[in-house]
Amino acid sequence: MCLAVPARIIALTGDKAVADAMGNHWNIRTTLTPEVKLGDIVLIHAGFAIAQVDEEEAKNTWQLFAEIAELEEQEKHKDSPL
Amino acid sequence: MLERIRKAHALMDVACEAMGREINIMEVCGTHTVSIFRNGIRSTIPENVKLLSGPGCPVCVTDQGYIDIVIDLAQRDDCIIATYGDMMRVPGKNGSLETSHRENVKVVMSSEDALEFARKNPDKTVVFVAVGFETTTPATVVAVEQAKKEGLKNFVIFSGHKLVVPAMEALLSGMNNKIDAFLCPGHVSIMIGSQAYRPIVEKFKKPCVVAGFEPMQLIEGIAEICRQLIECRADVTCLYDAVVKPEGNLTAQKLVAKYMEPTDGYWRGLGKIAAGTLALKAEYAEFDAMKRFGIEEIPAEELGGCRCGEILCGLISPPECGLFDKKCTPDTPVGPCMVSSEGACSAWYKYGRRQRR
Repeated sequence: MCLAVPARIIALTGDKAVADAMGNHWNIRTTLTPEVKLGDIVLIHAGFAIAQVDEEEAKNTWQLFAEIAELEEQEKHKDSPL
Repeated sequence: MLERIRKAHALMDVACEAMGREINIMEVCGTHTVSIFRNGIRSTIPENVKLLSGPGCPVCVTDQGYIDIVIDLAQRDDCIIATYGDMMRVPGKNGSLETSHRENVKVVMSSEDALEFARKNPDKTVVFVAVGFETTTPATVVAVEQAKKEGLKNFVIFSGHKLVVPAMEALLSGMNNKIDAFLCPGHVSIMIGSQAYRPIVEKFKKPCVVAGFEPMQLIEGIAEICRQLIECRADVTCLYDAVVKPEGNLTAQKLVAKYMEPTDGYWRGLGKIAAGTLALKAEYAEFDAMKRFGIEEIPAEELGGCRCGEILCGLISPPECGLFDKKCTPDTPVGPCMVSSEGACSAWYKYGRRQRR
């Protein structure tokens, strides 16, 4: 449940932001990380930015998510005759 | 990378040799549990290094009494229940929120969505099912603050928020505990900071290592624990320092401290834990579902035959429960450790049957 996804802030007004994670856009709040700026990468949990992360850390996680998605896709088709 | 893995494994081997017995490491984070299985880490470490899946999933530790109250509230036509999706399938005494088939039960992605239901339905009381560890609590508190600011009278929270450190202390105080060290949660630690584990290190002399979720972090986390055990010391070490600071997220901590306070509360399997649950402070009672609906206390109840409690304490592994993979599967879960994808039983079921030991 404590899952968090890194995403880049692509719009920011007050504590309302839009963040981009691997092409998905989310409306989030930056109330808990008032120091973040446009273009920063943050970890998002339950609609809130909870910490700032650097580019490298974010890329590692995005890559991991992509691998998991790919594995789950394979798993799904494993028993399928198609 | 291979060199790092080799080094880590060498440390584990030395620790096993030095201890001359099993080394029991408890992870207290559902995402770690899943990541350990997904990456097959159990099969790569020495047989004597045992990984115990502790109370790391907030859904799993939410007690039956809490869930039954939520299901009861869902029967009221003047209420809207706003809940994170994780809670939908948790079984209560008579079914779950999902099987209640009530249209007033709404799945939300954030506390802000719950507030939106309150704004759009002024004639209903929106009850936000506020569960989660320190990672999730600040989102609830921001919603309460916002409701207060907007003067929203029809928004309340039902707090089942839990605190990780008191639970770790309760586990170590247990008679049967066999825990040698903790692999501490990544995202909880972002909020509370790695120094939050200092009391455990000082009081119980057990290593606390904060790790991220990538396989290398987990392997090196286990190795760091082994290093401390070899050197007969217990420290807080943070390997996830890219995002976890020693002091944590102070903005979030201040917000939570303003609105909530620790109270004694039930955890599934662990029983009543002193100061292990968070409740709204008396001055914010108007936003407290317990006050609004006159709920005096959340009763302790357990599911018959389900051994989730012992599993959460690290006393048995899921296959040792008689219901596991028989009456209790992810499609027909009996206990919450099977319901949540981050639960120990669900992870064992999904990944462990191939690599069980």
